[in-house]
Amino acid sequence: MVVPRLICVAKSRPRQPGGLYTVAVAASAPRIAVVQFPGTNCERETVRSLEAATRCPVDVVWHADEFLSDGYAAAVLPGGFAHGDHLRAGAIARFSPVMRGIQKFARGGGLVLGICNGFQVLLEAGLLPGAMLRNASLQFRSQWVWCRVERTDTPFTSACTVGQVLRLPIAHGEGNYVSLDRPEGVALRYCDADGNVTPSANPNGSQDGIAGLANASGNIFGLMPHPERADDPLLGSCDGRFVFESLAAALRVPALR
Amino acid sequence: MMLASGARTDEQRLRAFGLLPAEYAHIVARLGREPNTVELGMLGAMWSEHCGYKHSRKLLKLLPTTGPRVLQGPGENAGAVDIGSGLAVVLKMESHNHPSAVEPFQGAATGVGGILRDIFTMGARPVALLDSLRFGDPTEARTEYLVGGVIGGIAHYGNCFGCPTVGGEISFDAGYTGNPIVNAMCVGVVPIERLTRAAASGPGNPLLLVGADTGRDGLQGAAFASNEDPEASHRGVVQVGNPFLEKLLLEACLAVLETGDVLAMQDLGAAGLTSAAVEMAARGGLGVEIDVARVPRRESGLGPFEVMLSESQERMLLLVRRGAEAAIEQHFARWELHAEVVGHVTADGQIRVRDGEEVVADLPIPLLTDEVFAYDLNAEPPLTAIGPPLARGADGASSFGAGGTSLRGDAREAALLKLLASPNLRSRKFAFRQYDSTVQGNTVMGPGHAAAVIRVEGTNKGLALTTDCNPRFLRADPRRGAAHAVAEAARNLACVGAEPIAVTDCLNFGNPEKPTVAWQLTEAIQGLAEACRALNAPIVSGNVSLYNETGGRAIPPTPTVGMVGLLEDVSLAVRAGFVSDTTIIILGMAPKELGASEYAGDGAFPRFDLDDERRLDQLLRSLAARGLLRSAQDVSDGGLAVALAECALVGGVGATLDVVDVSEVGLFSEDQGRAVVTCASDSVGAVLQISDQFGVATRIAGITGGDRLIVGDALSLSLAALRKAWEASA
Repeated sequence: MVVPRLICVAKSRPRQPGGLYTVAVAASAPRIAVVQFPGTNCERETVRSLEAATRCPVDVVWHADEFLSDGYAAAVLPGGFAHGDHLRAGAIARFSPVMRGIQKFARGGGLVLGICNGFQVLLEAGLLPGAMLRNASLQFRSQWVWCRVERTDTPFTSACTVGQVLRLPIAHGEGNYVSLDRPEGVALRYCDADGNVTPSANPNGSQDGIAGLANASGNIFGLMPHPERADDPLLGSCDGRFVFESLAAALRVPALR
Repeated sequence: MMLASGARTDEQRLRAFGLLPAEYAHIVARLGREPNTVELGMLGAMWSEHCGYKHSRKLLKLLPTTGPRVLQGPGENAGAVDIGSGLAVVLKMESHNHPSAVEPFQGAATGVGGILRDIFTMGARPVALLDSLRFGDPTEARTEYLVGGVIGGIAHYGNCFGCPTVGGEISFDAGYTGNPIVNAMCVGVVPIERLTRAAASGPGNPLLLVGADTGRDGLQGAAFASNEDPEASHRGVVQVGNPFLEKLLLEACLAVLETGDVLAMQDLGAAGLTSAAVEMAARGGLGVEIDVARVPRRESGLGPFEVMLSESQERMLLLVRRGAEAAIEQHFARWELHAEVVGHVTADGQIRVRDGEEVVADLPIPLLTDEVFAYDLNAEPPLTAIGPPLARGADGASSFGAGGTSLRGDAREAALLKLLASPNLRSRKFAFRQYDSTVQGNTVMGPGHAAAVIRVEGTNKGLALTTDCNPRFLRADPRRGAAHAVAEAARNLACVGAEPIAVTDCLNFGNPEKPTVAWQLTEAIQGLAEACRALNAPIVSGNVSLYNETGGRAIPPTPTVGMVGLLEDVSLAVRAGFVSDTTIIILGMAPKELGASEYAGDGAFPRFDLDDERRLDQLLRSLAARGLLRSAQDVSDGGLAVALAECALVGGVGATLDVVDVSEVGLFSEDQGRAVVTCASDSVGAVLQISDQFGVATRIAGITGGDRLIVGDALSLSLAALRKAWEASA
């Protein structure tokens, strides 16, 4: 199968370890918010990937702060263990003050991306249907997986083609997706390297191999794999960039100037 | 000196505080009075092996700790080396053996938590974790419980904190039954100008206690860790970790350093507030005053004794500029963390502890640090170690390379499959798949390669990381065994193309008061020193864990070596797995002995020469830097056959070798100083020529491709069959 590939070159970007990011961005570009809960731990690399792909300014928004929905073009809930994942992944995070604004923003059509723990928070917040159980193995799973793209009519998958297979890493203990109905918005399924959705390609027991899900209009999107950990061939794959390039296109800013 | 002032100071009571009569006599003479109970607790903790290094201090002076890159050697919370571009790498390894023997999940978790704090106390962001784990007989139910608990605890803490666990080792040996080894290593990166030290300065400046509230957990942990039989102690001595809180502490502490108002930062680990305050004062040559009444508690009924010695996790002591207290408290409040002023620096060289108005302890700082006795060891070599090789199983202390039995005489294919399925050589996927190895998005090579490689953000550089130690070799000869641990680590780094820049070590031994253990410790430290000098790898930090015994039997000598290497161009890092259509070249001399191999069991020390190692390492780095290698893997546990199988399995590509000695020595010897590399066919001439320049023997052995591993007429196995054996119990 012929799939589009991004021209993907390892690039050194100026960063300051232990400090703030210093990437030149267009001041007039729309802003992106990355929400940080206590226990979120993927905020730095998520900011890095967003900035590299969209060239938009990215703010890290603390969970106890108000989310000012008219200030942002997109909101991203990154991976981690919000509030220590106590009780259940995302169960406490949905009550964080920042979520009031995220709810309003999402229901008003704002672009909301939840990665891993962020996906779990979106489920707990009722912004996407279904729930997460512990992995079928009852253990944390950290590995590379293949995911087949099922929908490209979302602002997070528009750079892909239907049936395209992405190579992405997962790292979670609760990724076993269940839903009473068969959700209609499935955007990614775990598959083998050839795109076949099989039980052995499913790392966590997720229903119908669901790895990523969007709402009907596509503006709310959650996925368990980590696209921000696959944005450079040095890391083993740059397929994660398809997600961020899709978002960049949706924000109508030229990607990779 | 008289000790008999009533039952309160009898020898038994002193023993409970870990003090010997002569030590107590010195203390009383120095103070001109008997210490009270709070002071006795503080003295006992600081005079423990864990904090005071009573039995190892003199020997540790033998280790090379300096070099052109070294910014900080031993003496701080962690060592630091300059990697150029204005950045420093901070590294440290620490043991958590005793707590893990009693409560494996929390023991291992808090071991990871402690080592992470040691790194960010230096102002560095932790970027990688590795764990060196050793357990007893894998067929015992208790071992299974310990393995599951330790791996679960490491996964819990590292995953939740968000620092990738990129490597480490797991091995089994009956000598560790009842006393597992859990050594956690952490590496961080910091701009050099942000490197933070923990020395007190400016009398009058306030001390803030930041992070978790103080509870009863881990009380007297330092003294407990210096005891022979942890099982006899109480489970309540083990602390409970909260990685979620630690992640907040990390971000809050790194951010607060940007204010410039923080003069020193010291984490609370063994011996809690006592050790943190004393060490900070000692480094600055000053004193401290602490008011325990101001320490936030998580439970009632804690007196000054408990508060000063609690080992509650996720706490930091900050020395800040006078006047900045309110701003700092506000900063931490934003991160939802307490920060309370609990004392201040003084000029009088005392640690004075108050409970409100009442002074409850008043001790000279030197009495808790420099004056701790440093003992000469009474070392005697055991009879068995200088005689013939240990008979396998004779003392129940055998490794489990081949499931406890020698494979001599087995057909080659059967022997290889048994080795691949054996507890010590089988795939470690069962552990690594539970560790988040990709968080932070910088992992170039995770678990499964000769060494792990991460990129350094903001540069083209990479860091290569490994931990090594082979108890089988150490039992045969502790001195050469320790030197071998350093050499193997350096070789692993060389395989990926990296130059060793710093070492951190964890010296795990039995009771040093026993002459045999004292001899092992003495020999091993000399071996470490020799190899580190020969390979230009200074030891910049480390930890000593003694009294690792169960039922009066010491563990095998276990000087775990953690090593960090630098790659100037991370994109040149060489992987371990075969790729198709390359030529296989074996570097190093043909093997001569089976010796103490996984194949043969215990035996004589294999051929090992530091000069051979140095030249091989230089060659590997030179080939990698020229981009000539398609894969590289050293020949170590299990010999050439296992190295080839691992390259094939990791790469998913088979190989056919025809010019290979297929005797059992040829396939399974663990003679050192060898590596299997591959290159494109048009690079073979260059590889041979460069090898010649470095004086390293070469043999063109075959080609890669297909889905079978074929070695002469001795081996022809499908990758599927190899994988089935290797991952059978994964």
